[in-house]
Amino acid sequence: MSRTVTIEPVTRIEGHAKITIELDDSGKVADTRFHVTEFRGFEKFCVGRSFWEMPGITARVCGICPVSHLLASSKAGDAILGVRTPATAVALRRLMNHGQLVQSHALSFFLLSGPDLVLGMDADPAQRNMVGLIAANPDLVRRGVRLRAFGQQLIRSLGDRSIHPSWAVPGGVRKSLSDEQRDDIFKQLPEMYATVEIALDLMKDVLDKYSDELDAYGDFPSLFMGLVSAEGGLEHYDGKLRVIDSDGKILENGANPEDYQSLIGEAEKNWSYLKFPYYKPLGPEAGMYRVGPLARLNVCDFAGTPKADRELRQFRHYGGHGKPVSGSFYYHYARLIEILFSLERIEEILADEILIDHHIRSQAGVNQNIGIGVSEAPRGTLFHHYKVDDNGILENVNLIIATGQNNLAMNRTVKQLAERFLSGNKLDQGLLNRLEHGIRVYDPCLSCSTHAAGQLPLQVKLISAKGELLDQA
Amino acid sequence: MSEQAKKIRLATAWLGGCSGCHMSFLDLDELLIELIERVDIVYGPLVDTKEFPEDVDICLVEGAVTNVENLELARTIRNNSSLVISFGDCAVTGNVTSMRNRIPVKDLLTAVYHEAQAPIGAESLKFLPALLKKALPLHQAIKVDIYLPGCPPAPERIATAVTALLDKQTVNLPPEMRTFG
Repeated sequence: MSRTVTIEPVTRIEGHAKITIELDDSGKVADTRFHVTEFRGFEKFCVGRSFWEMPGITARVCGICPVSHLLASSKAGDAILGVRTPATAVALRRLMNHGQLVQSHALSFFLLSGPDLVLGMDADPAQRNMVGLIAANPDLVRRGVRLRAFGQQLIRSLGDRSIHPSWAVPGGVRKSLSDEQRDDIFKQLPEMYATVEIALDLMKDVLDKYSDELDAYGDFPSLFMGLVSAEGGLEHYDGKLRVIDSDGKILENGANPEDYQSLIGEAEKNWSYLKFPYYKPLGPEAGMYRVGPLARLNVCDFAGTPKADRELRQFRHYGGHGKPVSGSFYYHYARLIEILFSLERIEEILADEILIDHHIRSQAGVNQNIGIGVSEAPRGTLFHHYKVDDNGILENVNLIIATGQNNLAMNRTVKQLAERFLSGNKLDQGLLNRLEHGIRVYDPCLSCSTHAAGQLPLQVKLISAKGELLDQA
Repeated sequence: MSEQAKKIRLATAWLGGCSGCHMSFLDLDELLIELIERVDIVYGPLVDTKEFPEDVDICLVEGAVTNVENLELARTIRNNSSLVISFGDCAVTGNVTSMRNRIPVKDLLTAVYHEAQAPIGAESLKFLPALLKKALPLHQAIKVDIYLPGCPPAPERIATAVTALLDKQTVNLPPEMRTFG
């Protein structure tokens, strides 16, 4: 008798989702699905509004990475104005983006995944959360909270608030950093570096602790996509798209983000509000690609800052011989390296005299009818594509969100975990939590990815071939 | 157990919204660690409880009511909680989440999905919750006791409201904490 398992809702993720697992007559995993159950409709309801409003509206796609939308939207606006954005404004935007990478990655590592990594996948579900982690390791939690707060403070210093700041605008930014703010951020850096060092040590212990099972958390061949700088370095604000395959061979190099439509196709399934993007030249199956911290470290030739490059060299050993690191569990590790990188970049930008210039905004009207803005959000490459009339009124809006691009890989990961750990008819707590952790490694932001589509707590249901509900959690 | 020894059971829920209100809650930063010592967080995105528990003292609800699952959860929250707080502008007014309300649901879906396998129609509703015709502010679905506006409410607002409740005081936000946006 075949059956289906449903995990509903998936918890400690940023959104609303569930997992279903179908078993065949012999009790083997036949199919698994990661369903995203929220739909929001931004692409439709923004039509008819002015592109000037879009940074403010689309920030509300996501409360975790509003800065990514703010920047992608403002960059699409820059393109519509068709003017050069002042170099000081670009430096300030990069600064805020790094603040966001720090806070978002710290949230994922310390508060959302930390309980699994430190307390263990099989820990009591009642304790397996931030509160249980405080009891077990209060210093670690306090450090994680302060690291996140540091990133949020940087955003607030520039934009007056840490969530949904009204700050970046088409053509530039609204306000610069005061000397006092700059000094206050600067003097906190040593503590933040120390926190990342502690977390990196912890990460290496975790890799040892889970060495027997970490290949079940989404270790498979796939493509990887991300922005790289003109020199091939790690990049989060601008640059060109690079796509590599599972052997590390470069399939696309120096692709203009504006040409994303020739690279990315979007498939749909009737069981999820989240679309399934794929690399167009290879089609919906072979074209599965991953984005985000793991992908960015895999596609770049180097990081470009000393501490991050030292750590990146160690990271590369987990791929071996020029091959990318293929296990999604290493997203955690990659996130920490990116925090380190962002701290180093923050230090550089704060010391740069370019911040002294007061010219931070270029003024213009509508000079182009199409604007495409891209940025590397914490979870991967983000595209905003607007078509406006001569008055700047939106006629068409397309958003391609980071998390959505990992949809195929998240589904594959759930299947791999179910095949490895599921046996019998019962859903055991350890299994369920491992399935959910398989989603958490991607740090999916479902409110974001379901901008147009759905949300994620995870639910799991076990369903028989006859369609009977056997078990549910 | 004495009244003082019993910890307050606090829940948070996330309906149709962006999680920005929950992020602002996390922006309590180290105050959050102190808060956690005073309450039991029994449900929410940060803990692993799958079912909304019974006997909840205070529930902060972020987001508008946009689909049938949100509606069902909102009703459970009301039944099981002593105090329900409309947490942030989407819960209070519908805000950005309700910007879709002028457009029929079918038009929204067909504008976003184009393929044969699109998640539209009866087959999809076996897997996915149906959207309500309009995204509703929370008080149009259930009775609400306290309104905490802001997009998101600043951490100071959250601290003011929650601290008052933990001290069994009436929540009385000063005018500058009663703004939208």
